Amino acid sequence: MKVRIQFSKHGVMKFIGHLDIMRYFQKAMRRADVDIAYSGGYSPHQIMSFAAPLGVGLESDGEYLDIEVNSHNGAEHMKQALNAVMVDGIRILSVRMLPDQAKNAMASVAAAGYLVRFRKGYEPDFDYQGTLQDFYGQDTIPFVKQTKNSEIELNLKPAIYELEIRDEAVYMLVDASSAGNIKPSMVMEAFYRFREKDLPEFALQITRTDTYTAIEEDGIKHFIPLRDVGIAF
Amino acid sequence: MNKLALSDEILLKVEKPARYIGNEVNSVVKDKSKIDVRFAMCFPDVYEIGMSHLGIQILYDMLNRFEDVWCERVYSPWIDLDQIMRAQQIPLFALESQDPVKEFDFLGITIQYEMCYTNILQILDLAGIPLMAEERTDSDPIVIGGGPCAYNPEPLADFFDLFYIGEGETQYRELIDLYKENRAQSGSRRDFLRKAAKLPGIYAPSFYQVSYHADGTIDRFYPTEEGIPAIIEKELVSDVTDTYYPEKPVVPFIKVTQDRVVLEIQRGCIRGCRFCQAGQLYRPVRERDVDMLKEYAVKMLKNTGHEEISLSSLSSSDYSKLEELVSFLMETCTREHVNICLPSLRIDAFSLDVMNKVQDVKKSSLTFAPEAGSQRLRNVINKGLTEEVILEGAVEAFKGGWSRVKLYFMLGLPTETEEDIRGIAELSNKIAAAYYETVPKQKRNGKCQIVASTSFFIPKPFTPFQWAPQCTKEQFLDKAYLTRTAIMEQLNQKSIKYNWHEADASVLEGVFARGDRRVAKVILRAYQKGCLYDAWGETFKNDVWLEAFKECGLDIGFYTTRERSLDEVFPWDFISCGVSKEFLKREWKRALSEQVTPNCRMQCQGCGAAQYKCGVCFEKRNESDSMTPTEGGAL
Ligand code: SF4
Ligand code: SF4
Repeated sequence: MKVRIQFSKHGVMKFIGHLDIMRYFQKAMRRADVDIAYSGGYSPHQIMSFAAPLGVGLESDGEYLDIEVNSHNGAEHMKQALNAVMVDGIRILSVRMLPDQAKNAMASVAAAGYLVRFRKGYEPDFDYQGTLQDFYGQDTIPFVKQTKNSEIELNLKPAIYELEIRDEAVYMLVDASSAGNIKPSMVMEAFYRFREKDLPEFALQITRTDTYTAIEEDGIKHFIPLRDVGIAF
Repeated sequence: MNKLALSDEILLKVEKPARYIGNEVNSVVKDKSKIDVRFAMCFPDVYEIGMSHLGIQILYDMLNRFEDVWCERVYSPWIDLDQIMRAQQIPLFALESQDPVKEFDFLGITIQYEMCYTNILQILDLAGIPLMAEERTDSDPIVIGGGPCAYNPEPLADFFDLFYIGEGETQYRELIDLYKENRAQSGSRRDFLRKAAKLPGIYAPSFYQVSYHADGTIDRFYPTEEGIPAIIEKELVSDVTDTYYPEKPVVPFIKVTQDRVVLEIQRGCIRGCRFCQAGQLYRPVRERDVDMLKEYAVKMLKNTGHEEISLSSLSSSDYSKLEELVSFLMETCTREHVNICLPSLRIDAFSLDVMNKVQDVKKSSLTFAPEAGSQRLRNVINKGLTEEVILEGAVEAFKGGWSRVKLYFMLGLPTETEEDIRGIAELSNKIAAAYYETVPKQKRNGKCQIVASTSFFIPKPFTPFQWAPQCTKEQFLDKAYLTRTAIMEQLNQKSIKYNWHEADASVLEGVFARGDRRVAKVILRAYQKGCLYDAWGETFKNDVWLEAFKECGLDIGFYTTRERSLDEVFPWDFISCGVSKEFLKREWKRALSEQVTPNCRMQCQGCGAAQYKCGVCFEKRNESDSMTPTEGGAL
């Protein structure tokens, strides 16, 4: 049976990178006695897949991993057992069963929501709340992506699904699919450019609010949180 | 969520911020207001190395079991953070509370290898603790050193308030009680050190003085006050089953060198290889009860979630219940999908069978440590491994599908000749030839791979070779060159790869290993001139070290290449590790006459360690000629 687990990552845990979070969960499964399934072969490994990797320095309320289990004592039990072995800064928020035909976490990611705040002492010296919509209203949002030995000019506009002020912070819902994902810092950099400013290093404090998959209903594309693909058990 | 000592900006700038944030699974956080003594336990190297060390995990667990003590961990900030901390004057902090180390009662530093000495000064410096012990005041932590290098603490004597000689499990409770008592009586730092100096195993360097002969050797080493012991006896755990061992070791977030459960199956070694310091320091061999080990293996795997377990000891093949333990682990571990990692076992039918089950034969390699190329020289160093045994083991392994062999040798051993060095090449060649003879062409999976590695021999205190002169850098390099040439002349040279060590660092290590108090000023000077992380090839600055020696007027050769007379007083002679100097002398003479000495299980040699009344010294021996142990007596 496939299980989708949602967790949050806060505080000092934002300094732990994606690969180490994967290792952390592999060990956590053993500590919590989750009856996780293993692949065959000479060096069997746990069947586990993570949704969109989160960059170092970012916090999140919407991280996901899928695992395959051989047996279980119900979702609530699994959630409690896992929470009992978590470190400060990581909480298990939901545990749901995935329908057999569901795509795995990684493949199904379409978008991610972010709240962007400014670190103390780095608040912008322009009216960001009043001008955000002017920025978003442009037909194209140019962004120059630096790679090792070239520059690529991108248009971010089609990858930004929502952009607004929420709780005094900038909220954005952006493309997080493997094909076209963009980072929230890219949007903010483009915003600063739009205001003819440079985004200083370390200015942003970013929290991923959730990770979404896309579904089509009556020909309209919706984004729903990854947990909503799963069902209670 | 706990606060951090470093800002987000710094943590996002440095390599591997996880080194500095604490919060790991099983790390211990206590309520500061409810404890009496704060202990910072430091391994003076980078996090990934320090976190892999078993000794620290044992002491961390033990000290935190004391209700009145909170023990936290400290590692060396890597060079990137080191520079930021200096520039921004951020004091060194402990991982758990993130509080400055300077606020602690104790700073314990484990000294595992000589090349970490400048890192010790970095720790003190960044913590804001005066480097020289004599300049410290009541507001500074008590700085206490331990570990194998504490058996010759003299090169570091100026920087430490105390040294703990021997195994850490035994005296810390007493030491901490003494500290609390002294504080309750409003005693001074000096009062505490004086009382501590009288505890077994504790050496307080500031209560001792040295005088020298005109030739630079030691005339006298003596306590300066009545009641301070002239000889410091090492501390030892006589029952290694009924003692502290961590059930819940700390689990790092990032990959560290030893990313697995480590089960220490015994302490000490029965084999008296004459170059080996560990083999003497940890005498006598004491085995842990196999049932205790099974219980701990299960608990530790459960509490950490590690996917690998490794057995640890100096010579695991000598553990008497090895088969029982390994079968148990294989059963439990396969069920739980846990890998077993076996440290170099002696190659025989049993170990090949086990290795076959727990490793991928194609990927793994066999390891032999003959240490010397010829039987003559192996007799000198008392390494019981013979060419026949190696070849037999290799042939068995080749039949079982192995095709890679690692061989470890030392260059620069006492009495070594060109013939002995050529022996390294010849032995490597014979093993390769054995492969081609054993494995028919159609079954071969390419060439066999023999990797021969040499390190340079450095005489260490408390070994029969403590009298031996060390080679110069030039001699070392000539020997490595000769080894390489000899290997190139072999028929199967294409199947043999040769690695050798840096010679510069070996020379320096030799100075620290057998150094005296006067070496401290060179360490200080080199540190002030920017030396740090000397154990890391990329950061080791040999030219700066040589300058420091010159500026301090110290002769490297005095400590390394000089021939020492049998009656010389060594800087470490005031320490007793249980093994008598008489025994070591006897062994030195036997070495020079190429005589081997049987191991402790075959025949007791009366080395002196029987005084601890435990372990192998009191095992029943089958041989009719076996002797009963005599305390330090001669054979
Ligand atoms: S086998 Fe020899 S080298 Fe190894 S620990 Fe024992 S005495 Fe030392
Ligand atoms: S006293 Fe005898 S048995 Fe004990 S460690 Fe020494 S040599 Fe070995």
